[in-house]
Amino acid sequence: MKNLLVTRAIILVSMTVVALSLTSCGGSGGTGGGTDSTSSKSDEALIGAGSSFDNPLFSKLFSEYDKANSVRVNYQSVGSGAGISQLTNKTVDFGASDAPMNGKQDSAISAPALHIPVTAGAVVLSYNMPEIKDTLMLTPTVLAEIFLGKITKWDDPKIAAINKGVKFPSTSILISHRSDGSGTSNIFTTYLAKVSDEWNSKVGKGSSVNWPVGLGNKGNEGVAGLIKQTPGAIGYIELAYAVQNNMAFAKVQNKSGNYITPSIASVTAAANINIPADSKVSLTNTDATDGYPISGFSWVLIYKEQKYNDRSLDRATKLVKLVSWMIHDGQQYSSALNYAPLSANAVSVGDAILKSATYDGKPILQ
Amino acid sequence: MNANIRYRIGKSTMFKGLTILLAFACVVPLIAILFYIIRAGVTRISWHFIINTPKPVGESGGGIANALLGSIIIILVAAIIAIPIGIMSGIYLNEYKKAKLAYWSRLCVDILQGVPSIVIGIVAYFWLVKPLGGFSAISGSVALAIMMLPIVVRSTEETLKLLPDSLKEAAFALGMPFHRVILKVLVPCGISGILSGVILSVARIAGETAPLLFTAFGNPYITADIRKPMQSLPLLIFNYATSPYVDWLNLAWGASLILLVWVLFLNITTKIITRRWKVQL
Amino acid sequence: MDAPVDKGMVGSGAETAEMNLLRTANAPSIVSAVSRLKKSYRQIRTESIFKRALVIMGLAMVVLVLGILFTLVVESIPSIKALGFKFLWGKTWDPVQDIYGAYPFLLGTLLTSFIALIISVPFSFAVAVFLGEYYPKGWFSDLLKNTVELIAAVPSVIYGFWGLAVLVPTVRSFESKVGIQPIGVGIFTSSLILAVMIIPYAASLGRSMIQMVPSHLKEGAYSLGATRWEVIRSVIFPYTKSGLFAGILLSLGRALGETMAVTMVIGNTSIIPKSIFAPGNTMASVIANEFTEADKPVYVSALIELGLVLFLVTVVINVIGKKIISRFTNE
Repeated sequence: MKNLLVTRAIILVSMTVVALSLTSCGGSGGTGGGTDSTSSKSDEALIGAGSSFDNPLFSKLFSEYDKANSVRVNYQSVGSGAGISQLTNKTVDFGASDAPMNGKQDSAISAPALHIPVTAGAVVLSYNMPEIKDTLMLTPTVLAEIFLGKITKWDDPKIAAINKGVKFPSTSILISHRSDGSGTSNIFTTYLAKVSDEWNSKVGKGSSVNWPVGLGNKGNEGVAGLIKQTPGAIGYIELAYAVQNNMAFAKVQNKSGNYITPSIASVTAAANINIPADSKVSLTNTDATDGYPISGFSWVLIYKEQKYNDRSLDRATKLVKLVSWMIHDGQQYSSALNYAPLSANAVSVGDAILKSATYDGKPILQ
Repeated sequence: MNANIRYRIGKSTMFKGLTILLAFACVVPLIAILFYIIRAGVTRISWHFIINTPKPVGESGGGIANALLGSIIIILVAAIIAIPIGIMSGIYLNEYKKAKLAYWSRLCVDILQGVPSIVIGIVAYFWLVKPLGGFSAISGSVALAIMMLPIVVRSTEETLKLLPDSLKEAAFALGMPFHRVILKVLVPCGISGILSGVILSVARIAGETAPLLFTAFGNPYITADIRKPMQSLPLLIFNYATSPYVDWLNLAWGASLILLVWVLFLNITTKIITRRWKVQL
Repeated sequence: MDAPVDKGMVGSGAETAEMNLLRTANAPSIVSAVSRLKKSYRQIRTESIFKRALVIMGLAMVVLVLGILFTLVVESIPSIKALGFKFLWGKTWDPVQDIYGAYPFLLGTLLTSFIALIISVPFSFAVAVFLGEYYPKGWFSDLLKNTVELIAAVPSVIYGFWGLAVLVPTVRSFESKVGIQPIGVGIFTSSLILAVMIIPYAASLGRSMIQMVPSHLKEGAYSLGATRWEVIRSVIFPYTKSGLFAGILLSLGRALGETMAVTMVIGNTSIIPKSIFAPGNTMASVIANEFTEADKPVYVSALIELGLVLFLVTVVINVIGKKIISRFTNE
């Protein structure tokens, strides 16, 4: 008995030692490629969740930030809705959303959350029709009717009327939309509600709506995945996803009557407006003549008062510094990924909001 | 031989042929899946693949190191939790066969075996993630440990049941105390059956994704801190498989191959152990 | 012989005097007897601690299951209070408007599971009869038996991934040939994958049931001139009826709770499917998809209530199945 006890004790102790040493050493970080990145302590990693709209940009930003500042950020692209609820549950340091928190979400959260705009992007209509070589052109009315399920085939005369000379296949249209709470959906449905009364009354706008037709998918990734695999599919995704995956996307007619190609220039034109102090503003159906009508800001959300759940001042400072970097130095990475850099106005609004973040009542950034 | 008998024999042969056909048809999907995954995944695997973490979205290269290490750690912790409890419970069920508690306990083990993995994930979220304020590998491990328990308990109980009573009686006759009889005589005797139960349970949870969805959360970095979110192979496959990025799909294929080989290897090991030691599982 | 009590040597005190006395008068055996007695007390204590630990472990299983049930019920209460039992047959699931109805998911779960069962049962039975009756021994049957069991070993997420990559495009081209909207994903595709995944459960159970048929019954039938098929039909099947039924129940239980593979190929649409080729959702897949972003308490609670229903249904089916098996094997 004694021998067995001793053996077991030794095994237990050695396992505990191994486990403890594993947890304290934290492992090496790095983003691959064999680069010798300086290892950062894993327990200092900041955790964020939310918008898949931002994911291509964030994934690049955080990898660069880690290289420069040795602070790791673990961001999960779970959709704006999930990001907001994780922030509300205080299971993440920051959330990211392309839809500002609505009334219900505001009342569910226990303390105010700051919205800091970090980028602007375009929600493009991407489609899978290898047969047509020209870029598809869409008017607001036709777009709404497609998503309402009233136009069901690609060779419908209404589509042909605005795309003169293009021979469409008789494939059925398959709509790919979001199944999860999505800021991208919010931008798109806000636009549709503005341009189509029928959409406004039947479906409405929001991060999650009752789509009349189509298949739901998780995240921009899922929507893009379905479009890519299904001939005849059309769906709404962020510009970066369409470009990175070589997917075709449509030109949309804006308020001024011009058919605009989504691009950094057209999104910047749409974003060139006065931003309110709380930065919650929609860019859809822009008045700008060259502006892309389905553009939107994306925000990082953090609690205004950072002292909660035993958060340290150190962690709060790291978080605020990260967001500050994102709206200043981080902007240099936007264009390569087809996100529009923030205008000077947006940056200054963002700065002002960040300065109001406090720890135990005292502002974090000086 | 008259026509009636010939007809009946014909029917019998036809039935046999149909049975053989259907039986072997079952194997076709499995072989198809194996071949497809081997073909799609084998080109992705390289040293580079195993050592590196995934690259930022849109850049090619990268690997699945974080998921590999994460899977190993989560499974190890789950095993550390489940094995002692499972073996002790199995011993209990075998020793106290007639007790009222044993009846309910056995029933509960059967119930646990049938609980859908997503429900266990929900429960682990409320037991560990919410109170601890964040996602963590340990909460994933606890969820997986709950799933391992029925298999370990069952196999321990069945193994011990098969051991001859004379073994136990001889040990008692020599004056050995109860705990020594169990731990130093019975368990070592049945170790192969218990071990194969353990390996089987590990194989079962190695591929589980649903319990990890709301617990371990995923992590793009390599980490060994079980109090933090961690990536694991099935999670990675699930997330990347539904994405449009060709690079991610490639990573998912490679990861699927590794996971499949790992799980099949564990299962085959279990079979070899049970056959060699003729234990009924 | 009288031992001189030497106060000087050992120190004072009545006990040490006693020890001295013991030590010199037939001392070794009594000392060792005392220490052996002490050792047995210790052993008895360890024994009872061990036995108590065993009982605690046995209790732990019950506590675990009760804990799961308790958590599910407690977290479902907000939804039960707000929606009542209408929840179960509510036809609309619209979290945006706070309308929660479980009917689409109940239907989706039942459709996928039962279609999967219908597809898989002939195959499971074929394997069971093949291994139980025609080729119970030999390397050939071992190969088949092990291969079928390996089907159960493949992780669900890999089935889902393969389904997405191979099955979905196949179903899509089938749909376009037949004239249905070619989506590829949907109830039918999920049922196909589920069918493959649940074959092993009914097959291995059926095989052990068939092997348990007493040979004198079969031999009696053969001696009366029955063909193989007639023996199977008239002797084996009636005898193993309940066992085979239990196997089907176990397969069903597995199909009901399957999450990952179904989530990946079912199309994630929370409306009542119009045909088996339409997309839909099962209870498990809607929980997997929407749990992390359910931001309203009633929303979370409604999802948990679905989890509770799923839990109760699978538990009942599994327990009934196991009870039938144990009754059959103990007869």
